[in-house]
Amino acid sequence: MALAHVASSTSRSNLLRPISAIISPNLRRQLSTDDTRTLTIETSVPFTSHQCESPSRSVDTTPSELLSFFRDMATMRRMEIAADSLYKAKLIRGFCHLYDGQEAVAVGMESAITKKDSIITAYRDHCTFLGRGGTLLQVFSELMGRIDGCSKGKGGSMHFYKKDSGFYGGHGIVGAQVPLGCGLAFAQKYKKDGTVTFALYGDGAANQGQLFEALNISALWDLPAILVCENNHYGMGTAEWRAAKSPAYYKRGDYVPGLKVDGMDALAVKQACKFAKEHALKNGPIILEMDTYRYHGHSMSDPGSTYRTRDEISGVRQERDPIERVRKLILSHDLATEKELKDTEKEVRKLVDDAIAQAKESPMPEPHELFSNVYAKGYGVEAFGADRKEVRAVLP
Amino acid sequence: MLGIIRQKVGAGGASLLRTRSAVSALRSYSSAGKEMTVRDALNSALDEEMSADPKVFLMGEEVGEYQGAYKISKGLLEKYGPERVLDTPITEAGFTGIGVGAAYHGLRPVVEFMTFNFSMQAIDHIINSAAKSNYMSAGQISVPIVFRGPNGAAAGVGAQHSHCYASWYASCPGLKVLTPYSSEDARGLLKAAIRDPDPVVFLENELLYGESFPISAEVLDSSFCLPIGKAKIEREGKDVTITAFSKMVGYALKAAEILAKEGISAEVINLRTIRPLDRSTINASVRKTNRLITVEEGFPQHGVGAEICTSVVEESFGYLDAPVERITGADVPMPYAANLERLAVPQVEDIVRAAKRACYRSVPLAAAA
Repeated sequence: MALAHVASSTSRSNLLRPISAIISPNLRRQLSTDDTRTLTIETSVPFTSHQCESPSRSVDTTPSELLSFFRDMATMRRMEIAADSLYKAKLIRGFCHLYDGQEAVAVGMESAITKKDSIITAYRDHCTFLGRGGTLLQVFSELMGRIDGCSKGKGGSMHFYKKDSGFYGGHGIVGAQVPLGCGLAFAQKYKKDGTVTFALYGDGAANQGQLFEALNISALWDLPAILVCENNHYGMGTAEWRAAKSPAYYKRGDYVPGLKVDGMDALAVKQACKFAKEHALKNGPIILEMDTYRYHGHSMSDPGSTYRTRDEISGVRQERDPIERVRKLILSHDLATEKELKDTEKEVRKLVDDAIAQAKESPMPEPHELFSNVYAKGYGVEAFGADRKEVRAVLP
Repeated sequence: MLGIIRQKVGAGGASLLRTRSAVSALRSYSSAGKEMTVRDALNSALDEEMSADPKVFLMGEEVGEYQGAYKISKGLLEKYGPERVLDTPITEAGFTGIGVGAAYHGLRPVVEFMTFNFSMQAIDHIINSAAKSNYMSAGQISVPIVFRGPNGAAAGVGAQHSHCYASWYASCPGLKVLTPYSSEDARGLLKAAIRDPDPVVFLENELLYGESFPISAEVLDSSFCLPIGKAKIEREGKDVTITAFSKMVGYALKAAEILAKEGISAEVINLRTIRPLDRSTINASVRKTNRLITVEEGFPQHGVGAEICTSVVEESFGYLDAPVERITGADVPMPYAANLERLAVPQVEDIVRAAKRACYRSVPLAAAA
């Protein structure tokens, strides 16, 4: 899916290339003249801080950045909704945890960092993977267990990885990714990389003991670790106030500073991540609590309406939807017309549909792949199938 | 209990290639001259690998300023500094996760558990974060980490500090599990483990740390390395095969001496690696001797011996002249009282008795209810 690259001042993920290449002419004209001018936009909600100063509510951005936020989030939204349909059609099996509603966190974070910084998250990882430069084809192929998947069909929804652009997964055990993320930060400091790690976890994982163990070590050793609590207010079916004595997750670091951020505002997320990166490189760990929301249930087997009201869900969609917020910004600043934005959404929809069609053509792995990658170096040892007299393999 | 025991190594000294003919223990002793404790062997292996590769670092409780809870890391903090020898708080889940994350990013951590009993607090990271990552990521995320520390029974430390984890970790695909016995094993296998690109569980034994073994110049060389997945025939024999690992290798060798006086020639196999298990060496031996005793200190059910027995039944059933016997720790939590503790772990006489049973030399006593 290599397509023309439109030059711009902001760095773009691979994701954007196909879309920008077929963008409508009006939009392109506008982009080439004004796309680098600075716009300063206030976040609608101020930051709340713990043990540190808050960054400014005024966020610098550019027209092309806002347009790319819109494009990226629209792609993520469309991708997740398409995954819902594929799951119901039984083309996706097992677990499928969807991120729609939370797109601003993925997109805002990417705009503040580079691909040399690292991100690690839990199982709600499709959009985070896309933000790190993964393609729609890799996403849908992996979800359907095909060889063009990012993990060649061996991982599934919860185990997306893209090491070459600093994405370390995709983890199924709640909370485990936080110490792993602090370990990534340890390596970055050891190598004197000047980079940081963002370790994402949910409000459900925020009570895990290993998180505090890793935070203690990170603070002791001054690791450039940024712990990001994507607080969507429900740990599976359990509301935050039923799971946490103190749901002020940005304060839970105690001696570690924290910032509470409107996670539905991509610009606020960008500002917070920029702030956090500077902090982490100088002063060690910091916690960011992103106040966000997921429209879907915990996973595809959870309707998401037994523990919260439909009014609450539609209320958030009305008032705080991240894509609508950026749409309003773009329209109020005359960066594009309503029709142009709708066209973008149509283009995105087509890209997603095309990727799904292509992914459906991708074959399932060959049977011998059952035994590949058990080890990086297998010394030619034997491995066995269910009937070891029938199926044996040599691990290279 | 054991103190420092002079080990007579049976078949030849320290040959990696096993091309040297069997030399009597005394002769190799006096000509090689040099001896080394397992502790020094581990320390020197760590030192050399840290010197050779700046990505190797050591972390664990008391590994730095305390010089190691069992002094295995003595002198390393002074030599490599606090960035490469890291004292951790007592938080196994946290620091093991951090070690695995560092390995994801390309460093080569050596994570020490003060004993493997404490590894249970971190076992999710060993299994789910380390062992499975290369597979789940289709080769993108390899995890070149070593988890090491003392495993199994010590002396008088009670039930919570005496568990053997060999079969626990060896059941998991994606891990390699090593169990050194002698100083040569300790040096060669630890070096191999650190150089290996996959997660390795390195099970030492506290009571072996102070034992001295003869050691050759070849083993002392900094490039020395032993192959993973290859067992060593410590003593050749023709009547019965005895497999063992870690401390039990010494017991098996003593049992072999006693059996020799009674006209039974026992072949003692030092497994060295539990996963991947060297099934071909074990089966080749059983096809020669037709009888098998497996020896381990850990619990019997689903243990290492159970796997070895099954492997032999699957591959060499027709060659067996007697049922496979297994000598294991007693199927109880480890008691404290010295007499009960003695009953809870294998003794040399247990191995001798089992070998005789396999040779139809005595009738086993019926177990009292």
